[in-house]
Amino acid sequence: MTELHHQTLAELAAGLRARRFSSVELARHFLARIERSNPELNALVTVTADQALAAAARADERIASGSAGPLTGLPIVHKDIFCTDGVLTTCGSRMLSNFVAPYDATVVERLSQAGVITLGKANMDEFAMGSSNETSWYGPVKNPWDLKKVPGGSSGGSAAAVAARIAPAATGTDTGGSIRQPAALTSLTGIKPTYGRVSRYGMIAFASSLDQAGTLTLTAEDSAMLLGAMAGFDPRDSTSVDAPVPDYVATLDQPLAGLRIGLLKEFFEKGLDEANGKLVRDALKVFEAMGAKLVEVSLPNLPLSVPTYYVVAPAECSSNLSRFDGVRFGYRCENPVNLIDLYKRSRGEGFGAEVKRRIMTGTYVLSAGYYDAYYLQAQKIRRLIADDFEAAFKEVDVLMGPTSPTTAFDIGAKVDDPITMYLNDIYTIGANLAGLPAMSIPCGFLGGLPVGLQVIGPHFAEGKLLNVAHRYQQETQWHKEIPANYK
Amino acid sequence: MPFETVIGLEIHAQLATKTKIFSTASTAFGAAPNSQANLVDLGYPGVLPVLNLEAVRMAAKFGLAIGATVSQRSVFARKNYFYPDLPKGYQISQYEKPIVEKGRMDILLEDGSVKTIGITRAHLEEDAGKSLHEDFQGSSGIDLNRAGTPLLEIVSEPDMRSAKEAIAYLKKIHTLVRYLEICDGNMQEGSFRCDANVSVRPVGQEKFGTRCEIKNLNSFRFIEKAINYEVARQIEEIEAGRKIVQETRLYDPDKGETRALRSKEEANDYRYFPDPDLLPVVIETAFIDTVRGTLPELPDQKAARYAEKFGLSAYDASVLTASREMADFYEAVLKELGGNEKLAANWVMGELSGALNKDSVEVTESRVNANRLAGLLKRIVDETISGKIAKEVFEQMWSEGADADAIIEAKGLKQITDTSAIEKVIDDIMAANPKQLADYRSGKDKLFGFFVGQVMKSTGGKANPGQVNDLLKAKLAG
Repeated sequence: MTELHHQTLAELAAGLRARRFSSVELARHFLARIERSNPELNALVTVTADQALAAAARADERIASGSAGPLTGLPIVHKDIFCTDGVLTTCGSRMLSNFVAPYDATVVERLSQAGVITLGKANMDEFAMGSSNETSWYGPVKNPWDLKKVPGGSSGGSAAAVAARIAPAATGTDTGGSIRQPAALTSLTGIKPTYGRVSRYGMIAFASSLDQAGTLTLTAEDSAMLLGAMAGFDPRDSTSVDAPVPDYVATLDQPLAGLRIGLLKEFFEKGLDEANGKLVRDALKVFEAMGAKLVEVSLPNLPLSVPTYYVVAPAECSSNLSRFDGVRFGYRCENPVNLIDLYKRSRGEGFGAEVKRRIMTGTYVLSAGYYDAYYLQAQKIRRLIADDFEAAFKEVDVLMGPTSPTTAFDIGAKVDDPITMYLNDIYTIGANLAGLPAMSIPCGFLGGLPVGLQVIGPHFAEGKLLNVAHRYQQETQWHKEIPANYK
Repeated sequence: MPFETVIGLEIHAQLATKTKIFSTASTAFGAAPNSQANLVDLGYPGVLPVLNLEAVRMAAKFGLAIGATVSQRSVFARKNYFYPDLPKGYQISQYEKPIVEKGRMDILLEDGSVKTIGITRAHLEEDAGKSLHEDFQGSSGIDLNRAGTPLLEIVSEPDMRSAKEAIAYLKKIHTLVRYLEICDGNMQEGSFRCDANVSVRPVGQEKFGTRCEIKNLNSFRFIEKAINYEVARQIEEIEAGRKIVQETRLYDPDKGETRALRSKEEANDYRYFPDPDLLPVVIETAFIDTVRGTLPELPDQKAARYAEKFGLSAYDASVLTASREMADFYEAVLKELGGNEKLAANWVMGELSGALNKDSVEVTESRVNANRLAGLLKRIVDETISGKIAKEVFEQMWSEGADADAIIEAKGLKQITDTSAIEKVIDDIMAANPKQLADYRSGKDKLFGFFVGQVMKSTGGKANPGQVNDLLKAKLAG
């Protein structure tokens, strides 16, 4: 039998159904791998071994009684941004280092109901603000492909855990590339669904109009399985969309002949590592061979994504993070002398530098006299970028380009240069601003480090994206590579 | 130099929804602290607001009732500031695009003329919790039960020119929201609150003076006192050669004065922006039509009907319609009585209101219900008793809880209408008062009243006054 941790979710599901192993065995296997490798990776903040084994035992009962669903008994990890009832939920911050959530996020609840088992909570950039997983209060996460390198962020713990095969799959969130960029840097399949496709209830907000939950998995098929269970309208989230969830697994094999692929001209211009660009172009040839047509597409406003994002996201975060005031939950400074002291020191000590930088930026752009020049202007440009995408999708079915301008960089290399760090998200932010679904899939290696191909689709085209990614993975082997030390 | 007062009011009416505006927690008043605040109200990490449609319906109802535009698209915004009783660090309100715009309300002035007060806007927002500074030595308590209670903030134009006008407007809005059943109007519990923007300017000057906002006004009496105090203070400042500073002032009901709370410079920059957690509120015409169908007869429409159909004065009509319960009582009396609208109006506004006030009870709790009052009025109409006796009967009805006929019967208060019996009394009185009789007959007409009084006294007030008049006139004439 193939090692359990070499199998995809789909394969593990088949194994559980065929009783080749039990859910408890599966959970034990991964918990043992976590115990061995997590100390060096720092991928998980919390390991919920007891709960996982208890849930696995229940899953085995369901499997035995024939009442199991397709996901019953499969273990995953949740990004520590999702509230989990009775379990520490830190969001990578000192501010929530003592916060045991009193409820489950909708994503957690739906996956639990589907029989998915939670092995633990994954490390992340503090409040999802970062592209390298270095802003976490719990320390940086290491990239399993090279422990000196970052795994990307903000879902860096989720990515490292799956890449190192200490969990078969993970949830993540993506506000400006936080699923896709780490997926690219760790050779995983990552999907950020359409804004509104997955409920945000219980997902600690960074930038409410951009945040969206998704998955990091070994294959597109695994993403399809998990997304199908996570997605759908939630009456507790007004921005979730009331539209039926298609069977994503059912459409994975559709042929790609005649697929019109738009090459994002702006993505292949300056800033992109040349060798990186070549791997992306090679991937496009695979699609051509499957009968897809390549068309160059220009989105003239797309280069404005980064400045637009760094007005909108901080503005929303400055308000979203106001609730962390040391009064009702979370970190509180010692011996406050009065209310202002309580606020200043609780927030000053509870938040890290990057979070403070964004709160300051956001507070500034919303201030009287600056609102029109920054916030309103950014919203207008956001509209233009969305219009550019809409126009492009009249000509093509999907857009493709690189996910990240470079491969994984050294831990510590960019921490003192926020602008360079922000430019890491240059290719991923557009989809968030326009609310579009987007994926990153492995498309090769440079100097032993993974490179990702990004696929962006029109609203609610998750099925098409997963189909495109799955067919590519039928033709390529990149997604099957495993980091040497974690085989 | 004569000054003119300029007043604009901001009224906060708590909407009478069962649950909060963005959460499913109950809005009931008086529960144990923090027992009616759920995770959404507490602003827990990850929670999201979901708009209560009932609050939208109530706001739309109000908009239609004041002849305003109910916006087809309104937007919730975040008003950002830190305070312990504001769990999220922002209040969800409406800023640039309120749900109700450009309405009006007519008020009746003392001289009987009607003035229209413009209503700039009314918007939906959530209430904050309460900070309790007493009972906690050296620290403050926070009760978040009120956090998330829906409010309709009703903002007037600066159209009022005196405290009396302001009160008249405020009372009209108070009456209206209760008619519409969108607010219980309870000022003690804070369900209906008001801030007043007050300025003065020399008569004839077009430009408004610098205004001050007075907060903490929770009774009609305090509002009037606070405005009058503030007007006097501002005039005094100006006349002393000082400038009015734009600021927020707090009314202290114990001292009867206002004092500065914070100046414009100290005011927060609220950093309003559209709340990304909530979609714009889109209202379709069909929804408006449905809401319009639920509007009751409004106080002004009712008052106009009373004046036109019943011949009541504008003042009487406005008093009777000042609360829906009072008007309902009045109409219930009319229904039982079958007409005699003026008589009923006088009794409801007179004896009944007097008794209610004296015992501090609401009309819905009246010890004499509408049917019983109508039963009493019927005996006046059919001349079983006189109006004067009726007042005695009413008093007994109020204290004993019996109906009119039983009291009239038991106390023998039935009017004497037997002509011969009344003539007998008159004869006796004429015999007993020969001097007065002589005087009357020699031209002292005023003594007629003396004889009426004597007859009524001797019959215990039960003689039919009309008959007494007629018979006396004939007999005295000799």
